[in-house]
Amino acid sequence: MVFDVQNETLPRDELESLQLARLKYLVQKVYHNVPFYNQKFNEMGIKPERVKSLPDLKNLPFTEKQDLRNNYPFGLFAVPRESVVRVHVSSGTTGKATVVGYTQRDVDNWSRLMARSFEACGVTRADIVHNAYGYGLFTGGLGAHYGAEALGATILPVSGGATKRQVMLMKDFGPTVICCTPSYALHLYETALANGISIDDLKLRVGIFGAEPWTEEMRHDIQNKLRLKALDIYGLSEIMGPGVGIECIAAQNGLHIWEDHFLIEIIDPATGETLPPGEKGELVITTLTKEAQPLIRYRTRDITRINPVPCRCGRTHFRIERITGRSDDMLIIRGVNVFPSQIESILLETQGLSPHYQLIVDRKGSMDILEVQVEVDEKLFSDEIRHLQETEKKIMSHIKEFLGVTAKITLVEPRTIARSEGKAKRIIDKRNLQ
Amino acid sequence: MKVEQISIFLENRAGRLADVTRALSEAGVNIRALSLADTSDFGILRLIVTDHEKAKKALKDNGFTVGRTNVVAAEVEDRPGGLHSILSMLSENGINVEYMYAFVQQSGKNAVLIFRFDRTDEAIETLQKHGVRIIPGAELYNI
Repeated sequence: MVFDVQNETLPRDELESLQLARLKYLVQKVYHNVPFYNQKFNEMGIKPERVKSLPDLKNLPFTEKQDLRNNYPFGLFAVPRESVVRVHVSSGTTGKATVVGYTQRDVDNWSRLMARSFEACGVTRADIVHNAYGYGLFTGGLGAHYGAEALGATILPVSGGATKRQVMLMKDFGPTVICCTPSYALHLYETALANGISIDDLKLRVGIFGAEPWTEEMRHDIQNKLRLKALDIYGLSEIMGPGVGIECIAAQNGLHIWEDHFLIEIIDPATGETLPPGEKGELVITTLTKEAQPLIRYRTRDITRINPVPCRCGRTHFRIERITGRSDDMLIIRGVNVFPSQIESILLETQGLSPHYQLIVDRKGSMDILEVQVEVDEKLFSDEIRHLQETEKKIMSHIKEFLGVTAKITLVEPRTIARSEGKAKRIIDKRNLQ
Repeated sequence: MKVEQISIFLENRAGRLADVTRALSEAGVNIRALSLADTSDFGILRLIVTDHEKAKKALKDNGFTVGRTNVVAAEVEDRPGGLHSILSMLSENGINVEYMYAFVQQSGKNAVLIFRFDRTDEAIETLQKHGVRIIPGAELYNI
């Protein structure tokens, strides 16, 4: 069913005039309230009143993740700090985190968009939702939580970890809906079997999976094993959190972006040129209704294409294809965003030198494995095993502390990490997610 | 009184040890004593050689990470209790052995113990006070 019939099925012409009205208001607002945008508009000679149509969007500046870092922590707020009721933070090393603020209205909109997303997945107020996204500074847990409450479903705020206890709760409480990363869903399945819980003991019928890349093969695997409909959810904390887009259960083919709140474009990541509908490129999002921290043309770095074909579910909002890659070197490990530059800065802080390193990502069973190989040069080397093992432990605990991800550290001989054209190849991703 | 030892970082994979011995062989360096410490992923090869400067250069040229450490070589009678008597005097003086290895000389009467101590100078002093002969580096390289 449809949570917000009027807005979700708005005819395209009405949807676009709503977008234009909101865009005009937005550019005025950021120009007058956010020094960063004021300066950028002035530098580019853009007057807010010159935005007269949706295609004028392409004249506006992009916003990059680095802009959020440069304005850390509250520099991009468009409202007084007192009006912000919540702050979320994405992972990052100290001083490099990405901060996002929300007014009460932002939180309410988010909850309603998540409720829309749940309902598009066939979830109703009669369902019990097992929410295994992490609660805390990460947007996943609280985003899904407030959405399920806005819908009126019964929410189990399980959060991440303690997998064995999670499968016990699933058996005892009989949740019909599960929200987590796709790899964690498979991990839960394996843990259930290992603890003598059969899939017949569970009542799951819908799974809403996101926060990491996955494939059609994984979807089939999850659906067969857990005997549910597996649906893809899209979101990023900079824009809002989960619920920016959702796959509907009617078509199960691409993710509707809530276009009354988010204006989407596809650009060529190399040139920044806007690409026509249907072409593959980087997704760029402008937040149309955010109060606390609106963003103009935020470069998501996610690679996809827009599918303008009307959907059988009746929603008029365009769909994007499953995300097939990134236009930067960000890795997603068990739902955690990891940039090689973050690992590099941790290595620099740990060792006080710049060793050669390489990240190897693999998937063993259903879990992502991150291995950090570090070349041992003479400064790092010791003739005592325990000193080298202490170094490994120190790097591992720093990565865990700053990035929230467990990595295996392997010391390797110098020059074993392949160099291409004098530059080291930093990432080997063996997961085959294309 | 100290002996120069070179140490080499080795990944735990087939052929790496042979790569070390090939480099030394080609450089005409003879190995006097060696010990290999290992974990599941890597190992540390410790060597006392006839010419450590030459060995170090040959290994570095072959891309190895090479370290150098001062160790102590002590002579002990090759009979039951020989090693024990030395370890007892060290422990009585609170000196910790980081690692050690041993080899028997060709003459067969004495064994040579190679020690890495946390406090090298104190260890030498203690051993000498108890009449243990410390083998000078130059002598060991040319045994």
